[in-house]
Amino acid sequence: MTKPTKQELAEFSAEADAWFSEHTPRDVGFMLPLTFMEVGTDQQFDFLRNWQRKQYEAGYLGAHWPKEYGGGGLHPKFQAEATKVMHKHNVPITLNAIGTNWAGPLLLDIGSEAHKKKYIKGILSAEDIWCQGFSEPDNGSDLGGLKLRAERDGNHYVLNGSKIWTTLGAHAKYMILLARSASKPDHAPKNKYAGMNFILTPMDTPGISTRKIKKITGEHGFTQTFFENARIPADGLVGAEGQGWRVAMQLLEYERGARTGQAGGIIMQTPDAFAVVDLARSAMRGGKPAIDDPVLRDRLVDFIIEIHAQNLNQSRAKIPGLNSEHPAGLMLMNKLVFSEQAREISQFAMTLLGENSAWYVDEANAADGGLWARSYLNAFSATIGGGTSEIQHNILAEHVLGLPKDNMKSGA
Amino acid sequence: MKHKLADIGLSEMQAEMADLAARFCTEKSPIEKVRALLDSAQGYSESVWSEIAALGLTGIAVPSEFGGSGLGLGEVVPVVEQMGHTVLAGPYMDTILAANAINTAASNRQKQNWLPQICAGRTWALALSEPHGDWDLLNITAEAIPSTSGFVLSGEKRLVCFADTADFILVSVRCNGSHAFVILERNDIPNNALRRENIIDETTRSYSLNLEGLTISADALIQSDIGYRAFNDLHLSANLLNSALMVGGTKAALDLTIGYANTRTQFGRPIGAYQAVKHPLVDAWIGYEKARALLYSAAHNYNKEQAETAVRMARVKAETAFAFATDRAVQFHGATGFSYDCDAGLYRRRALYCASKYGDAMFQKRKLAALLFDEHAPKNKGEHRPALS
Repeated sequence: MTKPTKQELAEFSAEADAWFSEHTPRDVGFMLPLTFMEVGTDQQFDFLRNWQRKQYEAGYLGAHWPKEYGGGGLHPKFQAEATKVMHKHNVPITLNAIGTNWAGPLLLDIGSEAHKKKYIKGILSAEDIWCQGFSEPDNGSDLGGLKLRAERDGNHYVLNGSKIWTTLGAHAKYMILLARSASKPDHAPKNKYAGMNFILTPMDTPGISTRKIKKITGEHGFTQTFFENARIPADGLVGAEGQGWRVAMQLLEYERGARTGQAGGIIMQTPDAFAVVDLARSAMRGGKPAIDDPVLRDRLVDFIIEIHAQNLNQSRAKIPGLNSEHPAGLMLMNKLVFSEQAREISQFAMTLLGENSAWYVDEANAADGGLWARSYLNAFSATIGGGTSEIQHNILAEHVLGLPKDNMKSGA
Repeated sequence: MKHKLADIGLSEMQAEMADLAARFCTEKSPIEKVRALLDSAQGYSESVWSEIAALGLTGIAVPSEFGGSGLGLGEVVPVVEQMGHTVLAGPYMDTILAANAINTAASNRQKQNWLPQICAGRTWALALSEPHGDWDLLNITAEAIPSTSGFVLSGEKRLVCFADTADFILVSVRCNGSHAFVILERNDIPNNALRRENIIDETTRSYSLNLEGLTISADALIQSDIGYRAFNDLHLSANLLNSALMVGGTKAALDLTIGYANTRTQFGRPIGAYQAVKHPLVDAWIGYEKARALLYSAAHNYNKEQAETAVRMARVKAETAFAFATDRAVQFHGATGFSYDCDAGLYRRRALYCASKYGDAMFQKRKLAALLFDEHAPKNKGEHRPALS
């Protein structure tokens, strides 16, 4: 594929800019989630699904994915441009993130021809919502210890066990599932990572049921998922039989931004320190705007510096001369840095509100509809989900800094 | 309100300077050599300095009409960063800053006189600090008083780096009711006017300079019509280069500690395997990467509208990243880190010294708050500075 000229990109960008100027929803009348993990109500779900479909149909999601499977068939630079425009317009998040950003690129890279034909378009249009079945009640960070069984029976796998913290579990049509298939003792019993399978699982299969779990925010959004003799077509296997761990690790690389190929769009809105600055203008301290308080100013400046620095690290990752020491590291640290920053700044925003920080969502008095309290509590979904901040530290220490592995048999 | 903050980029020349400086500094300043210089009177290697000048590094930001390369401080940043990384000591940064101040504020004739000499490798010291210890470069009590043959100086300067071996010293003074620089030739300073100071960073040499009764000719006074802005420019350029020095130093401290954590074994495992050690090291590394991003954003935007905000942000993060990386470097070396011979201490003391220069993180953040939050804040290098009383 030939690289587009500057002019082609500029034209594409201008078109996208015009489209998003016209179509980006404003003042929708209810609170929109800042991340795909925060989708709590049917109202939010329906709205975001519709929004994703509109973006896809306009050609601004998966613009660089192959045309024969439902993508736009363009050079990746076009999608990067579209995503940049989305950031500029601060558009609502992409709902089907597990599909567009993880499962989709994985299937395009290592899925079968049949997988690509069957799943890619529905991922982009949000017709088919995807969820991820990795964590189990007894295995979170220590993912390698998972227990869900997938026994081969002819052209099917028979699933038994349970997955938990399944984001969008109640809405999903498909799950990317990691299960243990080693029924035979010769499947390297000493290596817990051996004998796993990575299976695309239709959620409407008889024997699969979900139970909603209420979050710390008081809202719903994820589920526990139960499997009782659920028979899944074996052609949903991705990668080779018994190589599921390797596939799962590749998936995590898309998730952590260490591999590219994502459909684009925004799956998590990065914390905007200047929104907190505005809050500090309206909050009061000693009869004056909080923005005049020297201690609070110092803290606010810190937040602005930290967030800006990490945004610069994104841009820097694309400049070879500034990216030679740890090329993958700048992307790998994103999850840890952005999720912790979001937690810290929303917590700080609450303290700015003073006494008024006590009001919660649905209270008429609450500032911004309770956005800050809700954002703070929801921020933990990102500091825990997808590998806790503690696990992220391990990954960065071992994969980027080259420090020795932890002797505890940690997962990823 | 949505602020537009500075972006990042790297010029081809910056990349070239980075490569050249990395090779040069690594070769010329191995840590054994740094340690050997600690006890020397001069504090740096004369022959290495000659090579720096021969490579044209002192003239990078000097306009070509005065014998330099005509580039900017953005191209000096990677050089200073590498000097920080390898603790290559010497009067490089102060010489560059003097050149920049002269180029900003001096008359064409003065530039003709001094800038080519800087390109040729004459060394400069900066005499800006005073006994009050205020970071405000405009808080000046030293004076240049007109006399029949030129000026007579009064007052005292402190923390003048490499003053004893400098060819020239750029001194900030008050003169005729405003701010000015005067240039002293080292040969005209009696030895008893300089007193060596004992400072925390032993890789540098620091002096108090007694100005009382020293005389200069009229053409050694730089008093331009841009007034205090020359000082604001010096303040920003010093903070930019100091940030580069600190970012380079942060990397050195990190590498040292990671190396040790990989080899020092306790309870049968390298200590880097323990999360109590590895997690703070990750935090130190993240701090380094953020500081480096802000540094090159500031370098890229120097002389542009965002310069002041970008430089101050870089300065804040460089200081905190360097402080944390070196503080943990000492701690994670255990009792070895507490001993004088461990390089962790060398880096820690250097970080403390760098933090003391030109306004620390809290000082910068106070300025940043005004730039970012206050509607009528002076946007460009302190335009609304009140006149000197």
